[in-house]
Amino acid sequence: MVVAPLAAIALSGPTALLDMLSTTQLSVFIRESAWAFPTIESTHVVALALVIGTIAIIDLRLVGWASRHRPYIEISGEVLPWTWAAFAVAALSGFLMFTSQPVAYWANLAFRLKIALLLIAGANVLIFHLLTCRSVARWNHAPSVPLPARLAGMLSLLLWIAVVFLGRWIGFTMTPV
Amino acid sequence: MAALAQWLDATAFSQAVRRAAWLIPLLQSVHILAIAAVLSSVAMIGLRIAGFGRSQTVAATAGRFAPWLWIGLIVLAMTGTVLIAAEPKRSLPNAAFQLKMLLLVLAVASATTMAVSLRKHPLAWEGNRCGGAAARALAALTLALWCAIAIAGRWIAYAQDT
Repeated sequence: MVVAPLAAIALSGPTALLDMLSTTQLSVFIRESAWAFPTIESTHVVALALVIGTIAIIDLRLVGWASRHRPYIEISGEVLPWTWAAFAVAALSGFLMFTSQPVAYWANLAFRLKIALLLIAGANVLIFHLLTCRSVARWNHAPSVPLPARLAGMLSLLLWIAVVFLGRWIGFTMTPV
Repeated sequence: MAALAQWLDATAFSQAVRRAAWLIPLLQSVHILAIAAVLSSVAMIGLRIAGFGRSQTVAATAGRFAPWLWIGLIVLAMTGTVLIAAEPKRSLPNAAFQLKMLLLVLAVASATTMAVSLRKHPLAWEGNRCGGAAARALAALTLALWCAIAIAGRWIAYAQDT
């Protein structure tokens, strides 16, 4: 039963998968309900505001523009759990919005760029935690952190600002199918 | 309100902002970034009052984040004013917009009360005197109000013609 649609996906790329997603009950419900999409979108705004605001606290410490005299680990330990919680909500609500019109979102340039920047932001987090942050004991208390950590903070700030702009651009450029 | 919207809509400024197609999404994006600063600042202060992240005192946490709250609010007011002037018919008569403005007055009053009380009764806010429950309730109310403002803001786009 499952093999046939899977084979179709393998043959025709993501289009078949997106088509399939758009026929699910969840997709139809979000698309046709008067309140579902605005409710999900409002949740997305609150969650992304918390993601960006809290991650900026960390980024600004790394870049050296704020909290220079607080230990890095103390700030990240207190703030990052909330960033991740908010990110989970933002990702889930974002996926639900995508589910409502997967073909139209996939065709949208701003959407694709936004996803690309999110992947780069993810890679930045990964590199920072796996490599850069390993030496944190040496610069935890330093007002000015080593260049790789400073760059990670700056990159994160820029990426998230760009993600917000692209996200808003989706709303202005998407043509519903 | 409809007459005001009509007049504002016809001004040269309103027309100029609308004519530059990129300006409204740009202003909305800056608006969202300022929302991030305000919401996160209120959340950080509120979480500290609720007892999370005790490495700094409530007063120090408020001192760290309150400036971002007020600066964010100024940016929100500026971008919001231009957005209203650009599309007054979209906002002024809109039920979600009017609710948002009401919530805004309450949220500013609530945040100001917190700021004044923090200065007058710092010990109550550190949670080692009576009054701690009231402080936590006020902090929770302030955060809820700011979340509601962001939500009402997004609903402006959906509450047209109702």
